[in-house]
Amino acid sequence: MIDLSSFVKELISLPGLSGYEDPVRTVIAERWRPLVDELSISKVGSLHGFRRAKGAGKHPSILLAAHMDAIGLMVTGMDDGLIRIVQIGGLDLRILPGQLVNVHGQRILPGILQMIPDRLQEKSKAGNPPGISELFVDVGLPEAEIRKLVKLGDLISFAQLPLDLNGGAIAGHSLDNRASVAALTLCLEELRNYNLAWDVWAVATIQEEEGLLGARTSSFEIRPDIAVAIDVTFAKGPGSTDRHTFALGKGPTIGLGANMHPALTAHLKNLADEMDLPYAVEYMPKSSGTDAMAMQGNAEGIPCAVIGIPLRYMHTPLEMVVLKDIQRASRLLAGFITRLESDSIDEIFVESKI
Amino acid sequence: MSPKSNAVQQLPVIGSAQIELLERLSNAVAVSGDEREVREIVIESVKPVADDLHIDSMGNVLVTCRSKSDHPVRVMLDAHMDEVGFMIVEDEGEGIYSFEVMGGVDQRQLPGKAVIVGKDHLPGVIGTKPVHLTDGSELHSAIPAQSLRIDIGPANAGKLTPGDCGTFATRFQQSGPSLIGKALDDRLGVATLIELVKHHPANIELLASFSVQEELGLRGAKIAAVALHPDLAIAIDSTPAVDLPRPDRKENSLYNCKLDGGPAIYIADAGTLSDPRLIRFLAQTAAKYDIPYQYRQPGGGGTNAGAIHNALGGIPSVSVSVPGRYAHTAVLMARLADWENTLKLIYAALLDLTPDLLVPDRK
Repeated sequence: MIDLSSFVKELISLPGLSGYEDPVRTVIAERWRPLVDELSISKVGSLHGFRRAKGAGKHPSILLAAHMDAIGLMVTGMDDGLIRIVQIGGLDLRILPGQLVNVHGQRILPGILQMIPDRLQEKSKAGNPPGISELFVDVGLPEAEIRKLVKLGDLISFAQLPLDLNGGAIAGHSLDNRASVAALTLCLEELRNYNLAWDVWAVATIQEEEGLLGARTSSFEIRPDIAVAIDVTFAKGPGSTDRHTFALGKGPTIGLGANMHPALTAHLKNLADEMDLPYAVEYMPKSSGTDAMAMQGNAEGIPCAVIGIPLRYMHTPLEMVVLKDIQRASRLLAGFITRLESDSIDEIFVESKI
Repeated sequence: MSPKSNAVQQLPVIGSAQIELLERLSNAVAVSGDEREVREIVIESVKPVADDLHIDSMGNVLVTCRSKSDHPVRVMLDAHMDEVGFMIVEDEGEGIYSFEVMGGVDQRQLPGKAVIVGKDHLPGVIGTKPVHLTDGSELHSAIPAQSLRIDIGPANAGKLTPGDCGTFATRFQQSGPSLIGKALDDRLGVATLIELVKHHPANIELLASFSVQEELGLRGAKIAAVALHPDLAIAIDSTPAVDLPRPDRKENSLYNCKLDGGPAIYIADAGTLSDPRLIRFLAQTAAKYDIPYQYRQPGGGGTNAGAIHNALGGIPSVSVSVPGRYAHTAVLMARLADWENTLKLIYAALLDLTPDLLVPDRK
């Protein structure tokens, strides 16, 4: 049995920025190895865990995508002993001053992310939030040593350690989307107890935060009959209370909108009701902002569903999730897969075929 | 052996024991008005060597180390125990609390930080709205402090009470020549003063004030000075090193003081014109003992000297600060060498201090 709390904390203690997912992929691969029949890495770095359906012959297949990459920063230059930076993934620069980071040079250098103080700034800019050119990382070493240890393009990850908020809430960086990687891992563990009628491809995708490369290429290679993107969604919290947000700890969301196949959305909703599993419908009229965007229109088209885990403070070093929501997302996924029969496609998509 | 090297050998140094003490002090939570945790470390550290120790009505720890001479100069050394932070002011339910900032923290330093709150050091988060849900125009203004909340998670709901204090959750670390942690303003001063009490030179009467509420307006030092009744005073603090590149690439002439420049001797700040006899004496002492030092650029800001020099009939005062970057934020940076040289300079000055220093001479 996977201890969910410690597994999540392990996942969010690792770097694994978009394009450089190796550190986290290694740990996920270790966890998946005993849970799947085959483990492989795609040409561009996504991790594929394959659970074969029971019986000979060809079986329908489902792809479960959870991206493993994380947002962060990169070194763009050095001057006066300070490291200049650019963001990887969508960041509100206003949360950066005062963060502790790790600069991944020849060795890991702890550093302070800060901004040029008002004292040195043009009067008109005093009190303003910093632009990217006014931010820097100070590693506290002599300039000559920094030049030896750090080069352009070196990665910078948030150093924030996980916070265990007593009784199942965890805060830390990269819970978007390592929380979903954990849900997918729990699901694989549950599936071990079942003979499956469908082939299952668990995919930890790369570069979701920077262009969806992993989801696009893996879904093309695998050509599943159905794909599910598991990602985090916005939880209600201070400053976030509008219709885009969902209660923390009250179950996952099921995406409804143009990016999802309506039959799959309806199927998951019915299933959650049947399982007595709390959930909310997340209206995503145009786009889901997830791996499903790259998968839906890929190859000859892949019907997609999206499951969301509510998370506060997205894209900050202190995102927050409730473990129960991860468990419920995993139960919904496992419930879906274990109920699939070899002819379920016809049943799920019956209306679409009229 | 030359007299100079002999003298230098007598000066105290920073070793692993001193760094461990600074680490404890930096990690302790002591927001202005609630300095208990640092006060306990101070008492534990200085009680064995103090001739007299008492805690006054506001919580200042006042320590006397008597002299072996007949008419010693009575020297007050002050370092403030308190740090900037927050007070919880309202429980909004589900583990979410509104808070007020204690001390001068720029609101741009608050969003997205980990905090520890209350006597049990409950972890919490100052979260922000996701960038995805933020209007492009909002990104050009600072997030107002009053819109922020401390979130300790739904399972901890109700575990804080309005009135509880907290601060940034940063843990102390060392990296190369640098010290990195929260509240180095003024735990560097507190750690320095503890060493000076432990090694107090016998020629002077040392009156140490580990003071409260500096960050709220020098409140503790004001009454400490009256109680201690010194002949002169040195405030030991940390002052901002703004030795960073200017965005317009012009020469930075507003650096205040510089890391690696040694202890910063104050000439003038918003609250005090340092006593010129003391400025001169410190500079001469530094030269004599070969200790690097710098003058802090005269300008704004202030230390407890601002309250002390105004007390009683006037107390000749000066400040000596350890330069530190990023004061009043979640993480400060200072240099071990600057700290050690600050300790050495003040110690050397005490060693050489004689009553002649205070003869009227204001040339």
